[in-house]
Amino acid sequence: MEHTIEAFKREESLGARHSGAAAASDGKIHIERTQYPYVTGSSVLGIKYKDGILLAADMAASYGSTKRYKSFQRLKPVGKHAVIGASGEMSDFQQISTMLDELTLRDQMWDDSNTLGPHEIHSYLNRIMYQRRNKFDPLWNNIILGGVKNGKKYLGVVSMIGVHFEDDHVATGFGQHLARPELRKQWRADMTLEEGVRLLEKCLLVLYYRDRSSINKYQIAKVTEEGVTISSPFAIETNWELEAFQNPTKNAEGSW
Amino acid sequence: MAQGDGAALGGFDYSNCRRNQMLEKAGIKLDRYLKTGTTIVGLVYQDGVILGADTRATEGDIVADKNCEKIHYLAPNIYCCGAGTAADTEAVTDMVRTQLELHRYATGRGSRVITALTMLKSHLFNYQGHVSAALVLGGFDVSGPHLHTVYPHGSTDTLPFATMGSGSLAAMSVFEAGFREKMTKEEGMSLVSDAICAGIFNDLGSGSNVDLCVITKAGKEYLRNHMTPNQRVITKGYTFKRGHTPILSTKIVPLRDRVDVSEGEAMEE
Repeated sequence: MEHTIEAFKREESLGARHSGAAAASDGKIHIERTQYPYVTGSSVLGIKYKDGILLAADMAASYGSTKRYKSFQRLKPVGKHAVIGASGEMSDFQQISTMLDELTLRDQMWDDSNTLGPHEIHSYLNRIMYQRRNKFDPLWNNIILGGVKNGKKYLGVVSMIGVHFEDDHVATGFGQHLARPELRKQWRADMTLEEGVRLLEKCLLVLYYRDRSSINKYQIAKVTEEGVTISSPFAIETNWELEAFQNPTKNAEGSW
Repeated sequence: MAQGDGAALGGFDYSNCRRNQMLEKAGIKLDRYLKTGTTIVGLVYQDGVILGADTRATEGDIVADKNCEKIHYLAPNIYCCGAGTAADTEAVTDMVRTQLELHRYATGRGSRVITALTMLKSHLFNYQGHVSAALVLGGFDVSGPHLHTVYPHGSTDTLPFATMGSGSLAAMSVFEAGFREKMTKEEGMSLVSDAICAGIFNDLGSGSNVDLCVITKAGKEYLRNHMTPNQRVITKGYTFKRGHTPILSTKIVPLRDRVDVSEGEAMEE
């Protein structure tokens, strides 16, 4: 679920008297929390396949309607067993990455030959997102977390208000509307790596055609028992040469 | 100058707008009208046009009509799918249908799709978006197959494939993934049905059945309820075999001994 700015402003009028509001010297109430996202990333897609998890995202971070950053990596490995992908406010994503790095570092320092699995990291993320939402100061992200540990595959989502669930295929942002119908139809549990990547590329292409804040530069992250790999950036071939687009008013001279 | 003077001078009459704004601020909730939160699609294939629609009409959160018709007849060779407020789509397609028929009598020729398109967009633009009708217009006339979309404010597009309504994103993802130029009739019908099913199963405002309409040079094929993937399963969900319930005791009372049958007079008519 994505939150519109209008819905959040409505909540804000209720929460203005609660935490996050400090009375300044001039008597006015100054709100100190995230009210709208500024630098945003678009959709992230995730699917389970035969050997593990595949995540896909483009490399754009937009500043309103400008495509400000075109090499922004929105997929990030977490520990040895998981990878996280985020849409929404990118500064909050960087904050979350720092938190997860600290978490995995501390875990590593225990040196007890046990590492945090994807389920545990997902629980940690859920708690962070929900606690911030309770303070009316959310981390404005919709996050996908996928991982494999001890042969078990895990794919989960958290939204900025703490709604979380697991599924065989997930998407954030516009991907929910444009990619999930296709994933629901085409996904199978026993897909090979090639089939999984092909399915993701099909969905990424639809998103490139129909989501205005996406660009044709993607990364795909693969998690298996062996570990996490994030591919180098690649593009997908697009087709704009449909005959009907060549001269739309051919049969309607003077049409507008 | 009072706002009401606009009507007398022949322009738009906005005299009720301030009153409506004041009413909304006072908390009056406007009526929930029947909407067709919808999936409607159209596609051009090698021989003509295929239009598709779901059949759910909603009134707020309730399904008002499980099997309504969203593909409206405009001319023997032109059909129009409608999304938005049901009354608006019905009224505007009805109006254009009658005007097209009169035009056919006046000119002695078949109707063209762009005629319907121009009538629809002029009407909708005049009402500045207040007539909430989003349409997918398709047909086959002397200059070949045509597919257009019309938006409530009056803008139009000419496209090889189009989707409208709340389920348009789900349907468009199916189209973008599967559309090729010059498909056969079977491929086209299958892709349109898939797109409507994507809307039915992934969008809450769309549901029930799939209607199709195939329009070619030879004529039209209106396939009402071409697919019914949401049939109601009427079974009790259980069966009990005879002897399942143990009978503890039996008592039979013949009622004949207790009933007095006597003659009477017929009632007055």
